Amino acid sequence: MFAQEFMRNALLAGTGVALACGLIGYFVVLRAQVFAGDALTHVAFTGAIAAAAAGVDPRIGLFAATIAVALAIGALGNRSNADDVTIGITFAWILGLGVYFLAVFSSGAGGGNGLLGARTLFGSIFGLGAADARLAAVIAAAIILLLAAIARPLLFASVDAATAAARGVPVRAVGLIFLALLGATAAEATQAVGALLLLGLLAAPAGAAHRLTPNPYLGLALAAGLAVLATWAGLTIGYLVPKLPPSSAIIAVASAIYLVAFISTTNLRELRPRLQLAHHRQDRELD
Amino acid sequence: MLSPLPFAALSIDPISDLQQLTAFPFMVNALEAGTIVAIMAGVAGWFMVLRRETFAGHTLSVMAFPGASGALLVGLPAAAGYFLFSGGAAIVIGLASAKTGRRRGEESAVTGAVQAFGLACGLVFLSLYGGVLAGYENLLFGSFLGITRGQVLLLAIVAVLTLAFFALAGRPLLFASVDEPVARSSGVPIRRLSAAFLLVLGLAVAATAQITGVLLVFALLVAPPATAQLITPRIGASLALSVILGVAITWVGLALAYFYNHPVGFYITTVAFTVYVLARVARALIDHPTLLRRRPRLAEARV
Repeated sequence: MFAQEFMRNALLAGTGVALACGLIGYFVVLRAQVFAGDALTHVAFTGAIAAAAAGVDPRIGLFAATIAVALAIGALGNRSNADDVTIGITFAWILGLGVYFLAVFSSGAGGGNGLLGARTLFGSIFGLGAADARLAAVIAAAIILLLAAIARPLLFASVDAATAAARGVPVRAVGLIFLALLGATAAEATQAVGALLLLGLLAAPAGAAHRLTPNPYLGLALAAGLAVLATWAGLTIGYLVPKLPPSSAIIAVASAIYLVAFISTTNLRELRPRLQLAHHRQDRELD
Repeated sequence: MLSPLPFAALSIDPISDLQQLTAFPFMVNALEAGTIVAIMAGVAGWFMVLRRETFAGHTLSVMAFPGASGALLVGLPAAAGYFLFSGGAAIVIGLASAKTGRRRGEESAVTGAVQAFGLACGLVFLSLYGGVLAGYENLLFGSFLGITRGQVLLLAIVAVLTLAFFALAGRPLLFASVDEPVARSSGVPIRRLSAAFLLVLGLAVAATAQITGVLLVFALLVAPPATAQLITPRIGASLALSVILGVAITWVGLALAYFYNHPVGFYITTVAFTVYVLARVARALIDHPTLLRRRPRLAEARV
């Protein structure tokens, strides 16, 4: 399996993408911004198609569109209730734009264009060249380093925004940087698992980590580890079963991990009703 | 997706435009289906926006993709696959969010995982079917042009069922959505009601997705209700407004797609987005009239 060059490339790029997705995803779930992540993954589709229609490298369109929309969501939203509605309407429109660009692109260049659309939506990790894979790994490393640089204030701001602001943490700026990183991750992961599926890599390992441990650093490590595990297992399954698309296999493994984590922790919690009561009281007090 | 009639042209006379628009049976079918969908989405979406369940609604709409490709693989009619997968996802999300007790981060993680898994299933079904992704654009972005009488009839039946649910359960659902603790203490079965709502939403969305496509259901499900709730806080008025806006947006989008050479999904989302932005700007100006007034400059103030 490792003798094949495309497999080595896929493993290199996949590991980088999985690490970035797992770590970013942990904060996404913590901040309840899964829907924003979802919207950004769809924006990635429009960005790639728009760049293709304009005749530019799709990767430029990917990163430009996701980061720009991430910043726009951050600037418009104030973490109030209206947020998810705004996100929903904005990204419905951006998808509409994507359809428009797809039509322009298809009528302009003629022939074989369904391929780019399908590749953007569902990823093509086995089709990455050596240079692409190295670039993907470098970008993933950059994202992880930036995230590590803001990890502590981000954690503080996510858990208790009011106290963090009072202690001098620039909550809004940290949130904006985080959204930009989320956008970059979405663009990066689109190349590996596709715009439609990468939400699974963001939400499922991180969701499992949140259920398994309340400790943030352990949780971060767990989220990244589970994402990498899902990617490796998915790639292996995709290699052994050629009919199965590798991106689907990755998401299936990630979902299975989440399911196991969900079931195992749910039963434990029902055995300890007193703990749940304590949680409730805490929630009330916070409200 | 493209206008098949190069000689169709928009004139100044609205009556002749309407005649052109309804001259062909496929267009009449499209207008009827669009109207039914807009009414249903206007009502179901109104509750969805009120309950802040847009992400769940989006996930249910996305389930139409595995539904359609799964039905293709097994040889069932596509509509059956749509309803099965959307309904199934609604039940899973409903159960899981009852277990997590509506903590926001967890609930959205569940929804996200369900969505990604459903899409992965869809891709597997497609590749098992033969690896040909031809027509996936129509699946994702819809096509108003190939609608049959049978589809219109099915849509009408689903719409009547959906509206009947809201007529029966609308009041307790509204109570539960606006003030959950009080509703709970006065005996409203919150969990069952939430699960039933998700299920009905799933059915409505599955019906809508056949027309507007998987990814663009959202435009009709979110934009009209959100605009209506911005414009008026009165319940009856904003429900009615949501339906009217939905129908108007659909008609304008269909007409534009008929007369100009671009996909219908693009027009519907663009019109919906524009209407929402206008309402939002108007609301901001009404709430804060000082935004319009020019601030006195420092120099003028000194003089």
